[in-house]
Amino acid sequence: MGKVGIIGVGQSAFVRGFPGSVRELAFEGFREAMQDAGIATKDIGASVICSAPEYDKQRSPAGVLAEYLGLTPQPTFYVETLCSSSSMGVRLAYSLVKSGLHDVVAVVGFQKMSEITSAESQERMGRGADIQWESPFGTMMPAYYALHARGHFAKYGTTPDDLALIRVKAATYGQVNEKAVYRKPVTFDMFSDPENSMSGPVASPLRVGDCCANADGSSCVIIANEEKCKAFSKKPVWILGLGAASTAVNMAGRDIFSGLTVGMQAGEQAYKMAGITPKDIDVAEVHDCFTIAEMMAYENLGFAKPGEGKDLIKSKETYKEGSIPVNVDGGLLSKGHPIGATGGSQVRTIVLQLRGEAGPMQVKDPEIGLVHNIGGVGLYGNVTILGR
Amino acid sequence: MAKKEKDIDVRFSKFGTVSFTSTTKVNDFMDRLQQGKISGNRCKTCGKIYFPPRADCHNCFGKDMEWFDVTGTGKLLTYSKLEYAPVGFENDVPYSIALLDYGDYKVFGRLAGNIPTDEIKVGMEMKAVPNELPNGQLNYVFEKA
Repeated sequence: MGKVGIIGVGQSAFVRGFPGSVRELAFEGFREAMQDAGIATKDIGASVICSAPEYDKQRSPAGVLAEYLGLTPQPTFYVETLCSSSSMGVRLAYSLVKSGLHDVVAVVGFQKMSEITSAESQERMGRGADIQWESPFGTMMPAYYALHARGHFAKYGTTPDDLALIRVKAATYGQVNEKAVYRKPVTFDMFSDPENSMSGPVASPLRVGDCCANADGSSCVIIANEEKCKAFSKKPVWILGLGAASTAVNMAGRDIFSGLTVGMQAGEQAYKMAGITPKDIDVAEVHDCFTIAEMMAYENLGFAKPGEGKDLIKSKETYKEGSIPVNVDGGLLSKGHPIGATGGSQVRTIVLQLRGEAGPMQVKDPEIGLVHNIGGVGLYGNVTILGR
Repeated sequence: MAKKEKDIDVRFSKFGTVSFTSTTKVNDFMDRLQQGKISGNRCKTCGKIYFPPRADCHNCFGKDMEWFDVTGTGKLLTYSKLEYAPVGFENDVPYSIALLDYGDYKVFGRLAGNIPTDEIKVGMEMKAVPNELPNGQLNYVFEKA
């Protein structure tokens, strides 16, 4: 069987308070991907719709979106793995195409987070963990990742200052990404200035500046078999490797608090399938919902040895000009994190990089790129490796 | 015939500041907590130990479980102090969530509120104790051993 590739990518601007409905939000990413691919809705064989539930009122969003996107009567269904939903959607689309069931599949991710308050959002995400045994203690995502930051600090001597450097890098690129929700610079000094909001406490040891920005947004990735890729696209980007894993939802069932096992396992699977090693990656998008998450990703994906992620950011090796550029579109920290849209947006960034179309964020001549997308508190992990 | 509402066992709704589960096959956990015991359970068929307790063993597929009590001390693996809370937990702020390693199992809970911040160290020995919250709900907290 032939290769599977990507012929179109798109995303909406990531914003606070999108002035429209969920279906209209989804259309923004879809339109850009369809225009990028240069195809019509009749060319799409099926759609995979991805988001996390309970941010808006629509139940079973797949049917509603498929109708609005003009993708009926083709089959459509809903995929959910919290923050990694649209990466899991890409994995499923790959299998639908690889099996020969469909020639072309659209993966549409969306999230309209602004329909609820920030505290309600924390409660929703907290319930993306173990609602029977842990949520009753008052859990939320920043606190769960803070447990990992504390674990990393205790094991490796990492400091809050090391994490701040990751936020500074994200903001460097958020400023030049016109789709990013947070376009302002962030300096290292802001974290030590008690008057600056970046230094405000959230869940120790994480501060406001360590946390990603909630946003409304949508993304779309159009996946096709080799024949359709060659027919429709001058620059198809091929899916070389896929990895996915899960683990215990409750922290009491985990053994490691200085890394995420799902990231390690998904990475190993994807490298093996692609027949490459971490050294072969020219540009990466990793799941930086919090600064500590990017630090752990450096180590879990093999860009740095365990405990040496801090050296990678201190030496600026993950900047655009470094040996392994990471999140040079601003990442979740500055670009924003509309849960269900995030994976597709990460894929879009890598596809644009590999096509040489990333504008001010362009890395020099990359051939192979990696997307690392985590759902929940390291509950789900997806790694996708793409090549020219 | 459907059970009347009063017949449904909702003891677990008393667990934590806000409980999101009312009925579970391990509802006796709540009676034991009320009696001052924090309990896990063990599969009587294969011996696998579970905390938190479960009704079903995924190791041997057994369902014959026996209770044990969490005793002694555990090592503090990690913790975080929350200065901002999800909806429903506003009145508890600030509070710290934490994880203790008891060797054969781990226990997730909160740190007792009266421990000075500078005395909390990863690796320190602590003990889990049942706790009644101001709203009458029950949970457990970790105290210095």
